[in-house]
This record gives sequence, C-alpha cells and structure tokens, in this order.
Amino acid sequence: MNETRAPGLGRPATSGTFAAVPAILSLCSLILGLMTIIPLLWMLSTAFKQQSEVFGPGILPPHPTLDNFIYVFTQLDFLRFLFNTFFVSSSVTVLALLLHSMAGYALARLRFPGREAIFLTMFATFLVSLPVIIVPLFVLVKALGLLNSYAGLIIPAIFNAFGIFLLRQFYLGVPREIEEAAIMDGAGYWRIYWSVILPLSRPILSALAILFFLANWNAFLWPLTIVSDRNLWVVQVAIASFQGQYSGSWNYIMAASTVVALPTLILFVVFQRQIMESIKTSGLK
Amino acid sequence: MAFGGAEGVEYETATGRRAARGAPWSMRRREAVAGYLFIAPDAIGLAIFAALPMLLALGLGFYEVDGFGGYRFAGLANYRRMFLDPLFLQSLRVTLFYVLMLVPSLYVVGLGLALLAQRRSRISGLVRSLFFLPQMVSLVVVALVWQVLLVDKIGPVNRLMSLVGLGGLSWLGDPDLALASVVVVSLWFLMGFYMLIFLGGLQDIPREYYEAAWLDGANPIRAFFHITLPLLRTTSFFVLLVATVTAVAGGQAFDLIYVMTKGGPANSTELTIYYIYQQAFQYNEFGYAAAMATTLVAILLAFTFLLFRITRGGRFE
Repeated sequence: MNETRAPGLGRPATSGTFAAVPAILSLCSLILGLMTIIPLLWMLSTAFKQQSEVFGPGILPPHPTLDNFIYVFTQLDFLRFLFNTFFVSSSVTVLALLLHSMAGYALARLRFPGREAIFLTMFATFLVSLPVIIVPLFVLVKALGLLNSYAGLIIPAIFNAFGIFLLRQFYLGVPREIEEAAIMDGAGYWRIYWSVILPLSRPILSALAILFFLANWNAFLWPLTIVSDRNLWVVQVAIASFQGQYSGSWNYIMAASTVVALPTLILFVVFQRQIMESIKTSGLK
Repeated sequence: MAFGGAEGVEYETATGRRAARGAPWSMRRREAVAGYLFIAPDAIGLAIFAALPMLLALGLGFYEVDGFGGYRFAGLANYRRMFLDPLFLQSLRVTLFYVLMLVPSLYVVGLGLALLAQRRSRISGLVRSLFFLPQMVSLVVVALVWQVLLVDKIGPVNRLMSLVGLGGLSWLGDPDLALASVVVVSLWFLMGFYMLIFLGGLQDIPREYYEAAWLDGANPIRAFFHITLPLLRTTSFFVLLVATVTAVAGGQAFDLIYVMTKGGPANSTELTIYYIYQQAFQYNEFGYAAAMATTLVAILLAFTFLLFRITRGGRFE
C-alpha cells in the first residue's frame, strides 16, 4: 500500500512467498548476534562458578558464588590496579582532548605559514604503530627517566594523530561568524578557543573522550613494557600475569576479567549509539 | 599555561583594536604566533614520541646493544643476521599466513554482517550492538576467555565439536591448528569494527540504484554484484589496507599472541611483531629488534605503495 506514495521506502511488497523473508533474516541476524556474545556470557558465568564446576556442562553456574570476586579483591590487590588504570586512562583522555582540540583549532581556523605541511607531517605519524617503535620508544622513555612512573604510562599515550585529525575536520565545519563576533569584541585567540570553540565542540569531545578512555583502559603493550613495579600495574597487565600464577584457576581469572571488562561494557551500553556512530563516520579508530 | 604569552599580546583596548585594524600585517603575525603556540604541545609531543622513535629505529638497527646499555656501531650486521635467522624468516611466514587467513575472512564477514544489520527493522540496532560488543573488551580479556573456551578435551568448544566427532583437537596446542585458532579469535574481535565501516559505505549508495535494478527485474544477488560491490570500492580499499596493516604491525595481534600462545607451539604463532618484542625484551637484542622492525615497516610501505598502484589510489579503475 506504500509503493504509490513512497517508492523510496524499499521494494514493493510482492506475493506471499517472499513476504516472510525479512522476518526470517531478522531472526537469523538476531540468533547470530546472540551467538557472538556467548564467549562473554561464558566469562560472566564462569566468574560465578566454583573451581570444580568450571568445565561442567551447562552455561549457568550450578551453585553461584561471589567467592571468586572476593578473592580477586582481597588477595590480589585488584583495587590498586583498578585505580592505576582509571587514573592513567582519565589523565590521558583529558590531556589528549585539551591538546588535540588546541591543535585542531589552530590547524582549522588560524592561518600561519607552514600550516598544511605541519598537518601532513602530523598525519603521517598515524602510520607509526606501537609494536613497530616499541624498542626505540622504550629506550627514549628510559633516557627521559620515566621508566616505572605514572608519567611514563601517561605522556607517550597522549599523542595520536587520529584525535587531531577528527577535531580539525570538525572545526573546519564551524561557521566563521561565530568566532568573528568574539574577535570584534576584542577577544584574544585563547579566549575564543576557551569560551567559544570548546563549548561548541562538546558533542565531538564527548565522543572522543569515550573512545580515548576505552582505548587506554584496554591498552596492554605499552604498560607491559614500561612498568615492572607491581604497584604501578594496570589491570590488563595484572590479569595477564595472574594467568601465569593461577593457571588452571579459571574461576579467579574469569572473575578478574569480568571486573576488567565491566566498565567498558557499561560504557558501551550507555553510549553505544555515540560510539558506533563516531567509528562509522570517521572510518577510523 | 603556555599561552600566557599569547594572551599578553592581545589588544584589549579600543585604540589597540584600531591600531590592529590599521595594520593587517601585525594582525596576521599575531594570528600566526597564536597558531604556532596552539599547535606546539601536540607537534612537539608527536615529534618526540612518534617521529623520533621511527628515526631512532632506523639508526638503532645499525648498532649492537649489549645487556648493559653499551652501543657499538655494527654496520649491516643486524640486517645480515636477520636473513640468516630461521626464526625471523619463520615469523615472516607466520605473519603472511595470518594476513592471508584473516584479511579475506574479515572482508567477507564484515560485509556479510553489515548487509544483515543494514536492513531497517525493530531489532537492527540491537543486532549491530551484539556484533560490535566484542570490540569493547580488551584483547587480554578476549585472549583469556578464548583460552578457557579452547581448553583441551573438556573445554566448551571441544565438547561442542565432539557432537560432530571432532572433540579431540588441541586448538592451541597443535602447531597445525594454533594459528587458525588465533585467526578465529581475531576475527571474532575485529568483525564488528569492519561491519561498521561497511555500514558507512553501504549508507552512501543511493537507494534509487536498487530501485532501478528492481524495476529492471534484477534479483538481489545480481544487484549485489552489479551495484553494491562496485560502489563499495573505496570502502573495500580502506578495509583491505587497514586490516592488513593492523594484522602485520598492530598491537591487537601482539596482545592475543602474548596471552594465548607466546608464539608457540613450535613457533607456529610466532608473528614478526612478537618475535621482535621477544628479541628486545627477553634477550636485550635492541639493535637486532630495531633492524627487524625497520624491515617490517619497509615491507608494509612496499605493500601500501603496491596497493595504491594496483588500485590507482583506491579507485580500482
């Protein structure tokens, strides 16, 4: 009944044979989607199992227990690792957003000689991946005296071309008149940036904040390399090393994994639309 | 803080403004100074923590570094050693197989999921989220969870496979299977990301094309091969490039290997990036590791260049 009014809205409905196809496809995709998350459900369930039940039949724990979580928090100093991870991830996020939005603003809105060359050079560092530069970066950070320190965990993680690029693209789209009014009022560039540009960029900053926080919460290679002092461990390093110590005690390891994964999963449930949109539109991560 | 200076040169008074308007050159200079100051922190940071290490890797490759931090110029010794090192050559082979297994499956699965999740229905948002969910979890957790799932004999995957008579396999312990298992786990983790990239590409295809094809009597399969695939060229190029580069040099594969297999069994999952890390941080062979990293980058650059040439800048014409 729709095809005459709105031909744009999909194919005209045909005879009964094909009418069921969309419903079947929907059902299939839902089943596939649920199958995708079985490993995560399995992690959750194992976290509540007793050691003897880990490989028992059935996905639900037969006698659910909180002992594994209690063990992780009381015996493994997990709160400390959680604090370290939270502190490092949020510091990197805040500093990165500040510096990248400043750079993005300058690259998009201020005219100065060499601007395009600087932008291209910055963008080229996008091609540098951590595993490839891990050795010289380690040598460098060690020479700077940042081994085994929060600064060593935080500072090298701040700089990435991706954030600068996205913010520059965003600022290119901001209409000139908005700044011009402020310039007429005699505001300096810092004031324009701070009280006009920053408030404007709240949506993109919050999307990037989520991505940066997630990336740093989940980061493993750099913290593994730069920190050997157990007091500075982040959660990812901690659970990777529990695996060696408690091999076979999968109930403890899965409980710790659940604790590590939970904040990111909660962030996802709350912000899924924003997270997926920003990845889709940027085409990058 | 760094902008105290910039703030200082602002003209806050009316006369100052008039003066500035009268002298556009000084205004332009003011803008340029502000521009440099705004960009300085990030530019310096990137120079120190991204560009400099790249150059250092190049230089470090010509040195022999001993365990006490002594450096000795060694010319091309590290590079010569590399091509005689069976483990390095093996790692290149493993990397190649990893890419050849992972990238095509990511392409097919990513596009397949995008086509499934693209259809507008009440549950399509939920379906997308479900496919994307593994991306949210860290690779360390992913590796740990899959290690439990793939446990020999009594693990859930083996119990499931025993229903079809394939219960006795050692997914991570058999040199013939371990790399394939790592590929499956990588695929599970990454597919949601590529689904989103393909969804973005599909969104850009005008619906009218499909309607025209429908009116011409083309079935969905023909429409897929004659409209969807050709119009996804740019997306496909991006996916192939990014998937390959991250498979070869990305941290994701490293995390999985570090936790799941440590390169074993019998070096069957020893990716080059993992071998580089081992040489550097287990054997203190910094110079050798840097030479291998430089070689890996050279290979990747050659690949990227080739891909651009073949596809004429990603246009596939």
